[in-house]
Amino acid sequence: MKPGQESKGAAIDLESISKAYGGFKALDGVSLRIEPGEFMTLLGPSGSGKTTTLNVVAGFTDLTSGKLLVGGRNVVGVPAHKRNIGVVFQHYALFPHMSVGRNVAYPLTLRGVDQAERKARVARALDMVKMGDFAHRYPSELSGGQQQRVALARAIVFDPPLLLMDEPLGALDKKLREWLQLEIKRIHRELGTTFVYVTHDQEEALVLSDRIAVFNRGRIEQVGTGRELYDEPTTLFVGRFIGDSTVLRGEARSDGVSTALRIAGETVTAPRRIAGEASPVMLLRPEKLAIRRPGQDAAGTSNRLPGTIAEAIYLGSGSKYEVRLADGSMAIVRTPLTGDSFGLGDKVELCFDGADAKLLADDSSADATLT
Amino acid sequence: MSALEPTTPSVAKRGWVSRPFALTLPALILLAAVIGYPLLTIMVRSLSEPQWGVQNYLWFFGAPVNLTVLQRTFVISAWVTVVCVVCAYPYAYLMTAVGPRVRLVLVLCVLIPFWVSGVVRTLSWVILLQDSGVINSLLRAAGFDGIRLIRTQTGVVIGMAQVLLPFMILPLYSVMKGIDLRLMRAAQSLGARPSRAFFTVYLPLSLPGVYAGAIIVFILALGFYITPALLGGPRSTMLSTLVQTQVLSLLQWGRGGAMGVVLLVTTFVLLALAAPVMRSRYREAGRR
Repeated sequence: MKPGQESKGAAIDLESISKAYGGFKALDGVSLRIEPGEFMTLLGPSGSGKTTTLNVVAGFTDLTSGKLLVGGRNVVGVPAHKRNIGVVFQHYALFPHMSVGRNVAYPLTLRGVDQAERKARVARALDMVKMGDFAHRYPSELSGGQQQRVALARAIVFDPPLLLMDEPLGALDKKLREWLQLEIKRIHRELGTTFVYVTHDQEEALVLSDRIAVFNRGRIEQVGTGRELYDEPTTLFVGRFIGDSTVLRGEARSDGVSTALRIAGETVTAPRRIAGEASPVMLLRPEKLAIRRPGQDAAGTSNRLPGTIAEAIYLGSGSKYEVRLADGSMAIVRTPLTGDSFGLGDKVELCFDGADAKLLADDSSADATLT
Repeated sequence: MSALEPTTPSVAKRGWVSRPFALTLPALILLAAVIGYPLLTIMVRSLSEPQWGVQNYLWFFGAPVNLTVLQRTFVISAWVTVVCVVCAYPYAYLMTAVGPRVRLVLVLCVLIPFWVSGVVRTLSWVILLQDSGVINSLLRAAGFDGIRLIRTQTGVVIGMAQVLLPFMILPLYSVMKGIDLRLMRAAQSLGARPSRAFFTVYLPLSLPGVYAGAIIVFILALGFYITPALLGGPRSTMLSTLVQTQVLSLLQWGRGGAMGVVLLVTTFVLLALAAPVMRSRYREAGRR
């Protein structure tokens, strides 16, 4: 980033954009504002519309309806090569007949940058991705992670105000992925441009993003920081997609201020209710649940459900248990290392504070898209 | 590739030949019998008939008409190659762009004429190209003057290009279908308008197919006999016609053999000159 410049990023406004392929709505009225310099992740399962959104912004896909502004300028109908947007693809898309140096110089050559400056900017971009020593190699001589770093250098070398990344780490193994996530975060900080990142990996989204837009079936379910999505999901889909969760379903009764669920003969209550007609479910995060041996005193927890330990996983920092409840559903519990440990088949009681339960409208289609 | 390589020498070697080499033996024996032996015979006879010496070569290079025909053979073959590249390139590209059903139709359109005998195909060209033929009738009906196509080099080039087109289309298609079209999208995102993306990315990646097809077409064209004989006139005679005259009409096996050897050697020299240009600058393009 050159000194003396303000945020070089462009704002993006998606205004109720839709894309239909025949009868299938790939995007169904998506609206989203991305702030200049923001790292926004589009998160969702495959077929949820996140990649279509990226392709629309890049100019690879036409809109059926809606408005798209990049840096305040309406770009609907502007072809991809005139948008000045960097794109990094999952499949790297390096030109196999050009050396690394010529690949990175390609966008500069197209823009008529003179040779001396071209050389300097290519070197700077390659240094930024730590590939400075590889300018003379050919893509086929590089590993996947190295190729993706070159592709990143090529996408930023012409200083685009916006960088789009379509599951760039999807083809790499876990260790490399985690390291490159930190690299991408660093490059975002150094460049100050707007990043839009597509992934189906919620952990990756949490590591990288300023904000996350959760996509499902061509719509945005919720936009927020990782913490907001984890702590205050507004839909069952978001609650289940971000992090581990336990969903309690039962015969619901609401008295205006609290909601009670009757699950296999036991009743749990939460001091909340949901608006509308939909039947409510409770969503609980693993660290909000506790397990005790039956009959053991459980102070401070208002709700108890009997269950059996179905899986016990030692995590080092603690333990994770899967508990089968009386109605057959599974609960996920994370416990600190201190306290009791349990074995497979142990009869336990699942305890939680009603205030920790999120009440959400039931959505059976969430099961279909998540599994 | 490494999976195909023998893992240990003891597996690879059995007796005095390695196993992959042994597998090529049937082909090598066949080639030796039907290509090697006749070729050797021709070389020997070009130096031994009617007596030992280089008199046949001295005759060949001493007669200007032979040199004119040799040069014309290469010029016509070069034109045929150019016409084939120009016609085959968009066609092969279309084959990569359409769905499997349309692709099958396109492949059949290439192959069906290929399965028809060369004589029949060339005679159909006579019907199309002759002065009172289909093309000239249409031209006159449209109010233009007729053009002379039969018994001209143009006619020969048209006929030969049509016969040889499959040899250009098929290698081109096999290279093109390996080109990752997503690279074009990448080029556009980097600022290349579609034509620029084509010339800087797609065309260079497709060149190995162009070279492969061009070599096959050019070499096959050099030895063409039936098409130039039927479509051409005295001013479009190719070397094979002269060879035929020497061998079958005049029974001059030595002179015919010398002509064949000259053609072969000249071809090798040209290929050797072209090789550095055609050598691909990158290893194993980004195919999948």
